[in-house]
Amino acid sequence: MIQAVDYIRVLPEIVLTLFGVAIMMVEGALPPRASRKPLGWLAFVGTLAALAATVYQAGYPGMAFFGMVRVDSFSIFFHFLIAFIAALVVLSSFEYLDAQQIRGGEYYGLILFGAVGMVLMSSAVELVLIFIALEISSISTYVLAGFRRRAPSSIESSIKYFLLGSFATAFFLYGVALIFGATGSTRIYMIAETIQGGKHSAMVFTAVALMFVGIGFKIAAAPFHVWTPDVYEGAPAPVVGLMSTAPKAAAFAVLLRIFFAAATPGWFWPVWISAALSMTLGNISALVQDNVKRLLAYSSIAHAGYLLVAFAAARDIGISAAMFYTAAYALMNVGAFAVVSHFASAGERYVTLEDYAGLGRRSPVLAATLTIFLLSLIGIPITGGFFAKFYVFSAALKSNLVWLVIIAVVNSAIAAYYYLRIIVLMYMRDAREPAPTVQNVSAPLGVALALTVAATIYLGVLPGRVLDYASRGAALLVR
Amino acid sequence: MSAAILTLVTFVPLAGALLMMFFPRRDELARWFALVVTLLGFVLSLHLPLHFTRAASGFQFEINIQWISSPNIHYHLGVDGISMWLVVLTTFLSPLCVLISWKSVHERVKEFFILLLILETALIGVFVSLDLFLFYFFWEASLIPMALIIGMYGHERRVYAAVKFFLFTMIGSVFMLAAIIWLYARTGSFEYTAIQRAMQSGQIGWEAALWCFLGFFLAFAVKVPIFPLHTWLPDAHFEAPTAGSVLLAGVLLKMGTYGLLRFNLGLFPEQAREHAPWIITLAIIGIIYGALVAMVQPNLKKLVAYSSVSHLGFVVLGIFSFTQAGVDGAVYQMLAHGVSTGALFMLVGILYERRHTFEISEFGGLATPMPVYATFFMIIMLSSVGLPLLNGFVGEFLVLSGAFQAKAVYGILAATGVIWSACYLLWTYQRVFFGKVNRDANAVLPDISARERIALWPTALAAVAMGVAPLLWLNAIEPAVRAVLSPLAQMAEGLVR
Repeated sequence: MIQAVDYIRVLPEIVLTLFGVAIMMVEGALPPRASRKPLGWLAFVGTLAALAATVYQAGYPGMAFFGMVRVDSFSIFFHFLIAFIAALVVLSSFEYLDAQQIRGGEYYGLILFGAVGMVLMSSAVELVLIFIALEISSISTYVLAGFRRRAPSSIESSIKYFLLGSFATAFFLYGVALIFGATGSTRIYMIAETIQGGKHSAMVFTAVALMFVGIGFKIAAAPFHVWTPDVYEGAPAPVVGLMSTAPKAAAFAVLLRIFFAAATPGWFWPVWISAALSMTLGNISALVQDNVKRLLAYSSIAHAGYLLVAFAAARDIGISAAMFYTAAYALMNVGAFAVVSHFASAGERYVTLEDYAGLGRRSPVLAATLTIFLLSLIGIPITGGFFAKFYVFSAALKSNLVWLVIIAVVNSAIAAYYYLRIIVLMYMRDAREPAPTVQNVSAPLGVALALTVAATIYLGVLPGRVLDYASRGAALLVR
Repeated sequence: MSAAILTLVTFVPLAGALLMMFFPRRDELARWFALVVTLLGFVLSLHLPLHFTRAASGFQFEINIQWISSPNIHYHLGVDGISMWLVVLTTFLSPLCVLISWKSVHERVKEFFILLLILETALIGVFVSLDLFLFYFFWEASLIPMALIIGMYGHERRVYAAVKFFLFTMIGSVFMLAAIIWLYARTGSFEYTAIQRAMQSGQIGWEAALWCFLGFFLAFAVKVPIFPLHTWLPDAHFEAPTAGSVLLAGVLLKMGTYGLLRFNLGLFPEQAREHAPWIITLAIIGIIYGALVAMVQPNLKKLVAYSSVSHLGFVVLGIFSFTQAGVDGAVYQMLAHGVSTGALFMLVGILYERRHTFEISEFGGLATPMPVYATFFMIIMLSSVGLPLLNGFVGEFLVLSGAFQAKAVYGILAATGVIWSACYLLWTYQRVFFGKVNRDANAVLPDISARERIALWPTALAAVAMGVAPLLWLNAIEPAVRAVLSPLAQMAEGLVR
């Protein structure tokens, strides 16, 4: 029986969909030369409404739609995070779309549709629904990646992402089919019961491995990361801000559910190896990048590695550490890409590291903002990135993963070097002539930056509340 | 008052920095405001020695509130006789740094003083934290403003020096962080006293404790710096602007020696004793090597930088001598070195402002055009050499007597360092100040200005006061040192029985 409360449990999804549909309809009705800004504001209101719906929904935990969706503090955590990221990305897109002269209102609609998929990924507890949600989120981002349609690199980005992404989701689907064959169910909690009862057949192991490949692609974990730098380089900068955070957060949520709630076996060593590889390959490749977007792409691969360290820790503290890391990483990365998108200017001209030389003198506030995000990415105290790393490393140490922690620690030291390079360029070098012009920051972008800075510092000074909430969600998964 | 005083002393500079961010971009305003804030910090910090119970050994002016529940991090501040003086040293040098940067920093002035004030808070925070996490927090926080000060306001190769400084320290402290997290995982606490108790009750195995000892040691050894990890120091000191060098030599290096004393000795006394011989060997190599390199430096600022390597070697030697005299002397030497080397960097900076060079060969006969300057230089240099009745003597004497008690050969080798330092400093003085003025540019050099005089007088006075009445400082240091050494004394008694 479907009850009224079932709809409350998918309220954020409904809200986001309605706003997305409304945007598409208004877009068609607007005269071609009219500004698309109102649609952006509509999308922003939509994300705020989704945030409100998430808060409201928190009062109604439980299963919905025949046990396919589950609202608990775990999914609320991710709902809130994803809606917040979408709001920030919308805010930072206004100015960017103007600068690039992109006049498509569907841009905002696609952000909302993507968010629907991501939100649903974190609350779905049935593998086929998870797959559908994954596709909703992926297809929106494929299109968004190609939105600078006059730039060949953007088209390349979109096609590459689409082809490899479809390939990866096929792996995931294959894994779902196998686990259905092995356990007779696609519901995560039913799977858990079957698996805990009986012995593990080879089919289960294969299924878990295949699903890890599929999700590993989405989170850009090595060795499934090869697409990342090209796609991030070509896609519009605010979209990269979205793409490198929200779908990853959702994919991590799925991975956490599959590994812990379904208690599937056999993933420890693959995750261990993937974590070590992601950190090492990501950081070492980032060292030699000259393009900021590529550099941040490799850094995001490395961060996926740190996150997987928390998975390998495999206790409730590991899960909450992973959740905290997702949130802290998402905020600083969205912020960093917002600065990059502002600074890139028309046609994304200024995206090489050299362009950042002397930014500290020409635009002190913007430089200081980027510095805070970079320090957070390094993991320096007073920023969210510090506690994120701290929780992950201490969870791993408590689980006696000493070697993995050593690899992670050495990696964070390497990483400091390339983030620092940007700070050094901004403050200690003079701009080349002629210096790239920096426009004034528009009000919406200013708000987005202020929010991300505030959130990054908040997580770095008072991480307690967010961690507590994450721990509550984590406790539900390990039972 | 006594509960809030440490919080005030620590955060007044930071509050000043935050306020200053909203100021209009007027250089003069930034200078005066920074001076007022640092002076206020100094006055506030005087509350500590005035109300300190000298005979007591534990921590005083403590404040302990839970900051974050998971992990269990406390906002726990407190000082003993050792850290109290280091706090006062920091607040004492800060206004002088503002004065000495008055003219020499003329670009991005507001940013400079903001960074300086943030740095002051971080430095004080390092000395007052009694929670290991909080300690690490301030430790790392001190890194960024210092690196920016070097990299933005330094000399030609500033960027190289700043990055080298940052990476050396960062890599060292990552190992300390690993040790801190490991200790937390085993004891469930970041609090200094709680971990100390856990260590004494044998909750941590010997082997594991050794790894933690080495983790801490590496971080501190980079900072001190102990030979052969000192290579960042000449670059950083040389390239930094004067105020940066003053704080770097005066306070930042002491973070390392303070850490060795507080954590390596305080938490891991057995491991420290076991590994003292090679650490002392490195310290003695540092003393002699630093002095010899200083002697051949053609560059005045690099000479002072290398003399720091030598002097800090004395401090490490004193700490690992495990004698009351040796450790007392080490602490005293930290303070004395902070005052005299800080002042030496100021003096060198004053000369640079006038001639834009540090080359010793460019000078000669400066006593004729600049008699007052020459006098100040003489006092400070003699205090650095270790002339009796000046501050450097007390520390070196105590360290050497401690070293002799520990093992005669340590004392004999280290004592040669005193001779070396007399050689290179007196020789330098001769080359810079005596003889004929053989360059026209030098003949017309103006003597020091009133502002520079105000910056130098306190250091000269402090050098004399610390040399004449060392007990004023030592009677607070001694009980604290005895407390650090007491677990070792018990251990030694246990061995005898």
